[in-house]
Amino acid sequence: MKIWEMTALELGRKIKSGEIGVAEAAKASLEQIGALEPEIHAYVTVDEDNALKKAAEIQKRIDSGELTGPLAGVPAAVKDNLCTEGLLTTCSSKILYNFVPTYTAEAVRNLEKAGAVILGKTNMDEFAMGSTTETSAFGATRNPWNPEHVPGGSSGGSCAAVAAGECFYALGSDTGGSIRQPSSFCGVTGIKPTYGTVSRYGLIAYGSSLDQIGPIAKNVSDCAAVLETIASYDKKDSTSIPRTDCDFTSALTDDVQGLRIGIPRDYFGEGLDPEVKAAVLSAAKVLEEKGAVVEEFDLSLVEYAIPAYYVIASAEASSNLSRFDGVKYGLRAKDYEGLHSMYKKSRSEGFGPEVKRRIMLGSFVLSSGYYDAYYLKALRTKALIKKAFDKAFERFDVILGPAAPTTAPRLGESLSDPLKMYLGDIYTVSVNLAGLPGMTVPCAVDSKGLPIGLQLIGDCFQEKKIIRAGYAFEQSRVYQEPELAKNVRTARDAAGDGMSGRREPGAARADGTYMGGVYTPDKAACIASDKITGYKADGTGKGGARL
Amino acid sequence: MSRQYETVIGLEVHVELATKTKIFCGCSTAFGGAPNTHTCPVCTGMPGSLPVLNKQVVEYALAVGLATNCAVNQYCKFDRKNYFYPDNPQNYQISQLYLPICRDGWVEIETAAGRKKVGIHEIHMEEDAGKLIHDEWDDCSLVDYNRSGVPLIEIVSEPDMRSSDEVIAYLEKLRLIIQYLGASDCKLQEGSMRADVNLSVREAGAQELGTRTEMKNLNSFKAIARAIEGERRRQIERIEEGKKVIQETRRWDDNKESSYAMRSKEDAQDYRYFPDPDLTPVVISDAWIQAIRERQPEMRTEKLARYQTEFQLPLYDAEILTSSKHMADVFEETAALCGKPKEVSNWLMVEAMRLLKENEMDMEDMAFSPENLAKLIGLVDQNAINRTVAKTVFEEIFAHDVDPEKYVEEKGLRIVSDEGALRRTVGEILAANPQSVADYHNGKAKAMGFLVGQTMRAMKGKADPSKVNQIVKELLTSGSDLRYSTEKMKEDKE
Repeated sequence: MKIWEMTALELGRKIKSGEIGVAEAAKASLEQIGALEPEIHAYVTVDEDNALKKAAEIQKRIDSGELTGPLAGVPAAVKDNLCTEGLLTTCSSKILYNFVPTYTAEAVRNLEKAGAVILGKTNMDEFAMGSTTETSAFGATRNPWNPEHVPGGSSGGSCAAVAAGECFYALGSDTGGSIRQPSSFCGVTGIKPTYGTVSRYGLIAYGSSLDQIGPIAKNVSDCAAVLETIASYDKKDSTSIPRTDCDFTSALTDDVQGLRIGIPRDYFGEGLDPEVKAAVLSAAKVLEEKGAVVEEFDLSLVEYAIPAYYVIASAEASSNLSRFDGVKYGLRAKDYEGLHSMYKKSRSEGFGPEVKRRIMLGSFVLSSGYYDAYYLKALRTKALIKKAFDKAFERFDVILGPAAPTTAPRLGESLSDPLKMYLGDIYTVSVNLAGLPGMTVPCAVDSKGLPIGLQLIGDCFQEKKIIRAGYAFEQSRVYQEPELAKNVRTARDAAGDGMSGRREPGAARADGTYMGGVYTPDKAACIASDKITGYKADGTGKGGARL
Repeated sequence: MSRQYETVIGLEVHVELATKTKIFCGCSTAFGGAPNTHTCPVCTGMPGSLPVLNKQVVEYALAVGLATNCAVNQYCKFDRKNYFYPDNPQNYQISQLYLPICRDGWVEIETAAGRKKVGIHEIHMEEDAGKLIHDEWDDCSLVDYNRSGVPLIEIVSEPDMRSSDEVIAYLEKLRLIIQYLGASDCKLQEGSMRADVNLSVREAGAQELGTRTEMKNLNSFKAIARAIEGERRRQIERIEEGKKVIQETRRWDDNKESSYAMRSKEDAQDYRYFPDPDLTPVVISDAWIQAIRERQPEMRTEKLARYQTEFQLPLYDAEILTSSKHMADVFEETAALCGKPKEVSNWLMVEAMRLLKENEMDMEDMAFSPENLAKLIGLVDQNAINRTVAKTVFEEIFAHDVDPEKYVEEKGLRIVSDEGALRRTVGEILAANPQSVADYHNGKAKAMGFLVGQTMRAMKGKADPSKVNQIVKELLTSGSDLRYSTEKMKEDKE
């Protein structure tokens, strides 16, 4: 088996047994990045030098028997809203174009402790606001299944990177479907865990009460192993929950005998693409044949989830994003007169239209006179939605449905109609509102050759049930990789130099949409060192952030 | 003015709590570090950082609430107050609006007008902001985030006060309670206690409240009293001139003894308060409240009673000694060390109070150690120094916290108990002042006092005055020793 055909766990085993070197694995991923990035643009930053350095260190620690975990030495990618010490972290926003964190997010630290080789930071919708990864200030990511289509979002870069073989697994974040929807569009598996399972410390917040970090990988087993690694009780996050049932890989059994699966009729009505509907229902059939008890039911309140979600998420975002003001880090506009002009210009130049739209929406729903009518009402709706799920989980172990109403739309289609884009989140947002775990597992490819994802929803803390269902379903099909990813490697293997598919990073595409290029850490560091003059953790700064 | 006016005052008092670390992170709250050295990702508003509540803040807030007869919100929450300013790194302050920790309390105050209760509307917890430093040379401003995230409680009173006397009495009462609890040192000058004054006036007997203003930047009790008088006058003048009082925030300039408008209600910001999703609600159990209640230290009323019974102090002395927690601490520690509470009380009541007044200091500012005062009392007790010398030594202790034993040795202030030396000096003084000696013999008793004084001066105060008195009298009446002492002196010289 070639390296690139392996899953993360398979590669981890080969590394452990010494058949494959850590550097060799990292190089394989970097080659794929070099070959496909001009086409896909899954990364904002590729940290090539450091990744190779890290690979050598990890190899030593594996050889000495210090690192024994299943993911030791396996190359991974991290969404660019997770802080990484010393490595550019932009949230795909111009306002953080030069931001180099002084600390690493807890989830990433957990990965590092397990011996992950972090290849770089993946592209996303700006501040995770969007469903296509087109709102990135550094250019859209393309769907590896068809570069004319979006990868979904906001964790589009992470999902595209996994699908294109530009890493073996990735971390994403999910506020209203940002792991599950792009996983569906890119034909990969992704889990949004129960709120509080993975520490949010170091995740640059969008909607704090909804955000969760989760794994994206080629299959359920990899996702379970990664989730097991990143889940931890963290005192630095007040919403973190101590759990003793995070042995998610123990649920990887091909046994759904007696598992009660509910299919909400509300998820199969108007607006659902017939091909998606058929694929999802046939997946339910597979599980039924394996012994699960499948039944339809009415979940109710589904139509209220989107308005409640957009009110709550935008309200929190409007406050969360106020710290980006040009004072302490990030972009500061050049010509300004006084403090307010600096705020205004920096934020006007730094944020893109979708982010501005949500900041305005959020500020509005929190403003005096509207708070009760919008924000409080949305909170009440959230509580009712949670109750509806509680009721459903009295009858079912798992709720099964689509992850998105359609397969990946073409580039440019969604941005012109934000409301339509918001409605695409119909099957995912209520899971965040209720704090539940949800997972997308690829279940078919449509007539256009685009993947379809199946969504499995569990009750709070019942990840194992959805992992069990997902794993059992997965046994019925083979992991499919997009042709594009396969082709470049085949060409490379044929050429024998391993590097032939490679194009210059940063090369512009014919349509000129590729504005960002792949940032190299060197470039990032030099931008960062002259701009960040404020305080430093070690007290060596000038002693104040300049205004 | 022909009409009679009533002043209606409510206070918002911010108190910096005496925790070791900040409210939402582990950074030190210590004063005086180099800029931005007591900071971390949390208190500098770094992306991705999250707040974690310091339990001690809740305990102090609860202790203050219980001591001011408040009801506790056993389910309380933190809210974000959104506004842009560079001293606030997140551009929102974590505070409490919807469910503050304590509500509906009161404290009793006493003024010349009598006793009354001042209601407390609420007490809430919040974080302090950083400090802006404006660089005059480089045309830019710098931010120091060392104070960012230092815990505060805000105590909001009802509009129950009617004069500056009542306001001062209320503030002193609050300060005393909080100091006794150890929840804060409450120093106005250093900003660990800050009061904003909400004031309106209305015609005497009117039911409705007038339009109020809020006065900020009040750094001492005196400034508060002056600002209240000034603002009362200003509002009455406006009303008398037929103008309206504008609801606005004003800044007091104590040097000019006047205030100016900062912002009116119309420019008041909409803070868009909402519950902070990064913090979970604080649930306060009955058991926790009980534990805080049990841990509550001895408050003033109890101390007052105890000082009278245990130390046999008069009520007046006990009142003064307990009027500041620091003073009471100094008293008790010194008394424990030297075992002479009455003596300790005398020193503090007379000398310390005199020096505080002369130096315009607060009791909290006394910086000497009880050990040194106890040693001083010991020296007096052993008759090693006389009281006059002791007073000067006390001044040194008060100002520089000197060790009195060392100081007395170094300066040679120990009492001269050698009678021979004393007799020689008296002889010398008598010889040098024949007119006074003659006056004495001619029946002018006053002359003796002069001679005693001269001797004490020659001895640099180091003699026991009663002894000097005795010897002067003896030598004046005998006369013979006069020659002896002069001769003796010569011999010494030879």
